[in-house]
Amino acid sequence: MPKRTDIKKILVIGSGPIVIGQACEFDYSGTQACKALREEGFSIVLVNSNPATIMTDPETADATYIEPITAEVIEQIIEVERPDALLPTLGGQTALNVTVQLAERGALDKYGVVLIGASLEAIRRAEDRERFKHTMESVGLEVPKADFARTLEEAKALAGRIGFPCVVRPSFTLGGTGGGVAYNSEEFERIAQLGLDLSMIREISIEESVVGWKEFELEVMRDRMDNVVVVCSIENVDPMGVHTGDSITVAPAQTLTDREYQEMRDAAITVIRAIGVETGGSNIQFAVHPDTGRLLVIEMNPRVSRSSALASKATGFPIAKIAAKLAVGYTLDELANDITKQTPASFEPTIDYVVVKVPRFAFEKFPTADPTLGIQMKSVGETMAIGRTFPEAFQKALRGLEIKKDGWELSPPVPPPDVLRQKLASPTAERLFYLRRAFSAGLSLDEVYHLTKIDRWFLRQLADLVAFEEQVTAAQEQMGACLHGTADTAAQTAAGELLRHAKSRGFSDRQLAKLWQTDEETVRRARLRWGILPSYYLVDTCAAEFEAKTPYYYSTYETPALSLGGTGRETRGAATPSLPRPSPHS
Amino acid sequence: MSPARPAWLVLEDGTAFKGRAVGADGEAFGEAVFNTAITGYQEILTDPSYAGQIVAMTYPHIGNYGINPEDGESRRPWVEGFVMRDCSPIASNFRAQETLQAYLTRHDLVAIDGVDTRALTLRLRERGSMKAGLSTTEPDPHALWRRVQQAPDIVGVDLVRRVTCEAPYDWPPGGGAAAAEGPAIVVMDFGVKHNILRSLAALGARVHVVPASTSAEEVLARRPDGVLLSNGPGDPAAVTYAVKTIQRLMGQVPMLGICLGHQLLGLAFGGATFKLKFGHHGGNHPVKDVATGKVEITTQNHNFAVRLDSVPHGAAVLTHLNLNDQTVEGMRHATLPIVSIQYHPEAAPGPHDARHLFQRFFELLGTAHA
Repeated sequence: MPKRTDIKKILVIGSGPIVIGQACEFDYSGTQACKALREEGFSIVLVNSNPATIMTDPETADATYIEPITAEVIEQIIEVERPDALLPTLGGQTALNVTVQLAERGALDKYGVVLIGASLEAIRRAEDRERFKHTMESVGLEVPKADFARTLEEAKALAGRIGFPCVVRPSFTLGGTGGGVAYNSEEFERIAQLGLDLSMIREISIEESVVGWKEFELEVMRDRMDNVVVVCSIENVDPMGVHTGDSITVAPAQTLTDREYQEMRDAAITVIRAIGVETGGSNIQFAVHPDTGRLLVIEMNPRVSRSSALASKATGFPIAKIAAKLAVGYTLDELANDITKQTPASFEPTIDYVVVKVPRFAFEKFPTADPTLGIQMKSVGETMAIGRTFPEAFQKALRGLEIKKDGWELSPPVPPPDVLRQKLASPTAERLFYLRRAFSAGLSLDEVYHLTKIDRWFLRQLADLVAFEEQVTAAQEQMGACLHGTADTAAQTAAGELLRHAKSRGFSDRQLAKLWQTDEETVRRARLRWGILPSYYLVDTCAAEFEAKTPYYYSTYETPALSLGGTGRETRGAATPSLPRPSPHS
Repeated sequence: MSPARPAWLVLEDGTAFKGRAVGADGEAFGEAVFNTAITGYQEILTDPSYAGQIVAMTYPHIGNYGINPEDGESRRPWVEGFVMRDCSPIASNFRAQETLQAYLTRHDLVAIDGVDTRALTLRLRERGSMKAGLSTTEPDPHALWRRVQQAPDIVGVDLVRRVTCEAPYDWPPGGGAAAAEGPAIVVMDFGVKHNILRSLAALGARVHVVPASTSAEEVLARRPDGVLLSNGPGDPAAVTYAVKTIQRLMGQVPMLGICLGHQLLGLAFGGATFKLKFGHHGGNHPVKDVATGKVEITTQNHNFAVRLDSVPHGAAVLTHLNLNDQTVEGMRHATLPIVSIQYHPEAAPGPHDARHLFQRFFELLGTAHA
């Protein structure tokens, strides 16, 4: 089905100011989408109150309005520009909320503006928690036990029925503003009151607590032929209870069997159909009970999101660009895979590396803020790193945070054991470094698991990293002579092996230099002498199955293969580079 | 951490990877293929279609969720050897009963990790599938290479004989099949995955599984409403007896072919099959249903494919097309109630998009009766 010809001019709403919970990811998505639509010959009218964005550069849109993102102002813009369509799914929650207001005041009907990407009904079903819950139950999916309150009295009665801990979430807000987990009635009253005040419709939900459950997200895309693909799965290292924006997250999901993953995929497809997002991308969050596998749907964003920006970079699948093209009528199989160019976009990326996102906090700038992490987002940024393995990507991501760390290095002083246990039990920006302390102090994996509820697979990867670093440190004396090239060959070979293993686990030269009490330059020189160099591997959406045309690389350290010489059947592939080879029996 | 037990993977073209032994001690030879699925290693290990092959997983972390009692696709693993970048030391999942390493060792499977599986995949993509050897006992890769070169090729070899059941049986085991009220389906076992049987049983079918060498007369004597030609390993052209059986069944009973079963139908229709350069092994291949225009994300595992234009008299009609390389993914007979698909509607592992095809087959049975 080719693109729609009944629309020529499209209004795109940006996300406005950069605040905690809504940062440059929407600029990234919005710019990508505007470019994609102009490429298709559409005229773009852009509204964004924030001039410090890429999308407000003059070449992004045909007309750019730097005006407040309010229904009144946008209605005036509609009156002047007379766009045929409004694409509300690129500017985060701000754009969705203002779109609902525009529709409710009749501005869209008055000027004949059609919504593309997501209908008003779909936005309401996804955003209004009560409708969301009913929609999920109508298609046989489970959500946490919950109900709604519009006054503090109603809320208190409800909390009595659901019990503590329970989660309070205001309807229609940004980045979970005003939400929180209440462990007792005093906390509950404070959080509930704040939530009611912050909600656009003075409504809060009170939910069964799923704190400590495993948390996952799927990025889903649907076209108007009802083709649905899952672009990426993301697993949160920090379990439920910590806002996704504040969690360390990993793509793809690491700890689901195929059966559980497919159940989640089926649920995601059911959700996007039931909510009625006809074209474009959605982000769906799930909780999984670690001991029973019980799967709950937590929420759904019928738009591009922080996670879809991450998923795009993690897989090479440009979600915002494709979402924009789907919104104007294309189907997934009509669009090319951006990376391979040869295969269609109607596929699911498969990756052969690990992506780790680590949030960046700045509590030093907010001295009065509570540094405990919860369901209200507090991070001010993030780094994303790619490696062949989790430890490698994890250390790279930490190094990029600009917190004066060259990897997963120790920072807080050793606390007494009971304080350490407390620090592990409470999610904070520093917990990561207390985890490291816990493993060097010899706490068992099970104990750390019970304190943190971080999946044992991640904990074991981290514990192994600590054990490996101890091995690296213990080799300091032997390494001294080897680094300067004065040891015998056997010792040099062993030292080279150790260095290669360290590099493949994401250790930086500077980090190793500190462990070996030398300087970065010495480690680097020895590394080059031993030929331990990074490989640059492609993010290609297909785990090397097809040739990639778009240069998007990450660095990693692998053990190179040997070539034993001779020809073998070397000519066989070279003679027919891509044609199927007939079998001798056919 | 230096490798505790060194191991070598050597390809026929002389490419050698040194890694760490993570399964049984010994040596294994087979055709090296790569699978791009992120999850589902237990299903892959136990899929009889992998007989004769050394399977490399492109996703680096394998074994994370261990091995459980429910997700096997047959009674035991069939791969010749298993290659990973990083095999998990622990099993982290509520259903796990053992680690992958323990499972590999218990089943005497040679496995290696620490291999640059991306470099391996690129080599196989560029040069095509080739023979390979895996050894934990041979310290000299040159010696291993010589044995790889002498190892038999899988082209022209009947691997079905190795994996098919010895005697007929009903599914589910333990008499459940007799109680079902749906159609009677005879499954010709060329290496059937249990999820095909589970899928049929879930729709109420009475499922009877018979060995690959069962004659058409014996199949028809069971008075089936339909016959399912299962998936299986290796070169379809080597399974000549099955092609003859299928030809005798044509016109007698509706049939559904899956994977090898589809290829055997292609041969039975008088067409030809050919070997793909490096096959399709993964869970993300887009396939278009030619009639509806809908795209399914499918599980694939095959090295051979049907050449539709080789089928004489237009007897086979294209129904499903692979959107990556335009190969045939499904066909139906022009006049008889016979349909087949190259990919895996039973998934396991992989997406469930094509599950409805079992239902579609059942509808075909209905019309054949009417």
